[in-house]
Amino acid sequence: MVENNRWGNILAHTLLILGVALVVFPIYVAIIASTHTGGTFMRGTIPLLPGTEAINNYRTALLQGRSSAGTPPISLMLWNSFVMAMAITIGKLAISLLSAFAIVYFRFPFRIFFFWVIFVTLMLPVEVRIVPTFQVVADLGMLNSFAGLSIPLIASATATFLFRQFFMTVPEEMLEAARVDGAGPFKFFKDILMPLSITNIAALFVIMFIYGWNQYLWPLLITTDPKYYTIVMGIQRMLTGGDSEPLWHLVMATVVMAALPPILVILFMQRLFVKGLTETEK
Amino acid sequence: MQTKRMTFSHNWLPYLLLAPQIIITVIFFIWPASQALYQSVLRQDAFGFRTEFVWFQNFQRLFEDDLYLNSMQVTLVFSVGTTLLSMSVALLFAVMVNKMIRSRDTYTTFLVWPYAVAPAIAGVLWWFIFNPSIGILPYMLDMVGINWNHRRNSDQAMLLVIIAAAWKQISYNFLFFLAGLQSVPNSLIEAAAIDGAKRFKRFWTIVFPLLSPITFFLLVVNIVYAMFDTFGVIHATTEGGPSQATNILVYKVYRDGFVGMNLGSSAAQSVILMSIVIVLTVIQFRYIERRVNY
Amino acid sequence: MAAIKIEGLGKVYPGDIRAVQDINLDIADGEFIVLVGPSGCGKSTLLRMVAGLETITEGELSIGNKVVNQLEPAERDIAMVFQNYALYPHMTVYKNLAYGLKNRGFSQQDIDERVQNTAKMLEINPFLDRKPRALSGGQRQRVAMGRALVREPAAFLLDEPLSNLDAKLRVQMRVEIKQLQRRLKTTSLYVTHDQLEAMTLGDRLVVLNQGRIEQVGSPMDVYHRPETLFVAEFIGSPSMNIVRASTFANKDNQEAVKQLPEGTDVIGVRPDTVVFEKPAEPHLSFDCEVKLFEPAGAESHLYLHLLPDRQAFTMRVEENTAVAEGGKIMVYAPLSVLHPFNEASGRRTD
Repeated sequence: MVENNRWGNILAHTLLILGVALVVFPIYVAIIASTHTGGTFMRGTIPLLPGTEAINNYRTALLQGRSSAGTPPISLMLWNSFVMAMAITIGKLAISLLSAFAIVYFRFPFRIFFFWVIFVTLMLPVEVRIVPTFQVVADLGMLNSFAGLSIPLIASATATFLFRQFFMTVPEEMLEAARVDGAGPFKFFKDILMPLSITNIAALFVIMFIYGWNQYLWPLLITTDPKYYTIVMGIQRMLTGGDSEPLWHLVMATVVMAALPPILVILFMQRLFVKGLTETEK
Repeated sequence: MQTKRMTFSHNWLPYLLLAPQIIITVIFFIWPASQALYQSVLRQDAFGFRTEFVWFQNFQRLFEDDLYLNSMQVTLVFSVGTTLLSMSVALLFAVMVNKMIRSRDTYTTFLVWPYAVAPAIAGVLWWFIFNPSIGILPYMLDMVGINWNHRRNSDQAMLLVIIAAAWKQISYNFLFFLAGLQSVPNSLIEAAAIDGAKRFKRFWTIVFPLLSPITFFLLVVNIVYAMFDTFGVIHATTEGGPSQATNILVYKVYRDGFVGMNLGSSAAQSVILMSIVIVLTVIQFRYIERRVNY
Repeated sequence: MAAIKIEGLGKVYPGDIRAVQDINLDIADGEFIVLVGPSGCGKSTLLRMVAGLETITEGELSIGNKVVNQLEPAERDIAMVFQNYALYPHMTVYKNLAYGLKNRGFSQQDIDERVQNTAKMLEINPFLDRKPRALSGGQRQRVAMGRALVREPAAFLLDEPLSNLDAKLRVQMRVEIKQLQRRLKTTSLYVTHDQLEAMTLGDRLVVLNQGRIEQVGSPMDVYHRPETLFVAEFIGSPSMNIVRASTFANKDNQEAVKQLPEGTDVIGVRPDTVVFEKPAEPHLSFDCEVKLFEPAGAESHLYLHLLPDRQAFTMRVEENTAVAEGGKIMVYAPLSVLHPFNEASGRRTD
């Protein structure tokens, strides 16, 4: 280790703390803003110290939302977001595991063709083909439903690739030993392959959950019925709907609650998150 | 493409296993994408009564349309700005955090969480901070004589969305740079020190070149992010304005398709975007192949 | 327990690559057969074909009088020990042993009884609750053995099971495997490239080269009477000296050469049958230069160059042999211990 000098160290720490403060600043402001009354924002600048209305604001947001603008209570939107995120995550993991299993552990006609069909999805994010995708979902009558919110987003080439990659590193002898031990495809998948992939599954779970929770454009298009609003898109409805100036204290309380679940997931599963992030890009 | 040395043999099981993914891919990816291709060569009249085959006229019109050309330019400025800002800040953080031994994990924890914030929320947060009437930053800028109003000033609006988009992406870049720095062998730095290279020189001549594969990779990822994943940032804040100043391509596809109901043009725009994504993906795969080979 | 019959077995890969061909072998019930040969000779492929891990493209394989060509590995009533053990890393030792029994529908009580007995026999019962990664290399090897034993199969197939162990442990496990097999009397097929392992373990050796059988026989038969030049060189350590007629058919040896069998143009001489004193019986004599004396405890070796064409030649000698490196000496090999071969056919001539 080439030695660090003391002043350099202090300088680095100072810069880092300033930097971290800058990174944290927006969410700090949001938390502070969510503890004041609506009136505070009529009078000049955003406050930088906490107010006293936290409990009231959160209660109002959670239970009533902003009914004048047609947004449902936050509690409902949180629930919708959770259902959508979980459906997307579990769906992605399930179909990716199955297709990677088929591609790696079977030899069959058109295998490479199917691989390419999946591969194509990697190249086409939903945003770039949004209009025709919306039409398909509308034609299928899937607007305003959880199925419409989640199913079109669960085909994931990334997860399939990751699992394929991982399965390729599982020693050949695992399958051979299992075959000698009398395991067929289902038993092998359930008893050997799944338990071996558990860390990868968990790491992808973290990434996919965040991906699902943070969906914005898709729910914006698919849901016109407030019953299915998700929280991330609901914030936009709160900003634009109704009066000219948003009710910042309620908006910020909503922002905090919308951002909190994925942030908590990252903080509590940091190791898995980093693993998931770096492995998906391999 | 490889499989295992030994595989299961089964007539229909592999197809059954693939079926869910293939069905979803065909219905929600392949079919819409081909619809986009198909619609991009058609034109509908204003009431949707008549549809006409117009060859490449939709594309031709786009490239003659000042609004579209403007949108391309805006996208370029926005993605380059976001990428550079986010990557340079992240590299700076990574270099400093990498030097810390005991506090490394603590700093990392503080720097990774913005990844979890949705682009739309990131936009709203910065929109709030920069709010011309109540925001903190305009208040401070006013003290140094700068009048901030992103609702009127195009450059300020662009700066706002760049900051919001870059802020969220810092975590991602930071983690990859940090991983890259940690894989630089210490012996190399020590050797350079013995060879008389000063701290700053050591970084630019030894460490940075070793980071170049990661830097290139992040460059592509960030451009893809800025071009396609930032819809929420724009939509929740500037909505493309003021006067088209932040109307990036993905946002325009959405506007023209859903608000303007100009399906032919929107489809043509989709096709152009798809070709951009495909080019970027191919570049990225080339890079990955190279990394695997060497 | 069962006999294994292999008739005309062969493996052809796409592109007409023949990994194994024309294998005929009758393995008696309870016999310990070692397949030995250099890497790439097809020994592992042959074993994997018996296991059912490779499809059989030619010939017929029967285990216990039943043709099993088309059967799944699990249906062949065999158990296998893999080179890298292939233990299931997420299962405890107990579950590793029990997995195959569970899949075969044994009752919980039967499984427990068998696992406990096997674990006791292999002295791995203290580790039953541990996962493989918490075990040492030797312990893992025992678990891998245990997974095969617990099934009480008709045959054991072992693919270089000791090659991942260090030298000392390898000798110890070799002895244990031998004792175990004697006790259980289960038909066993053991693959190794190590000729010492092959010699010490097998009831019979099958020496393979380029996908074909070179020789089948008891270790001592193979050692004392190698049928081909390949076997002669492969079995025995240090390996047999091979000398061409161009080197030994000089005027000193005129008489002796006449007594060699018809067609002999190469002879093999084991390093331990070469002597310094001229024997009374008919012999070949070699004119050589001493290159290096290598004392190594139990046995010492003398490295020589045969004159005039400086071919390398090894001789086993006493520890206190007094020879000067660089000096010239004569050494002798009685005709009775020579192995005469024909180079073109590669076969023995007597």
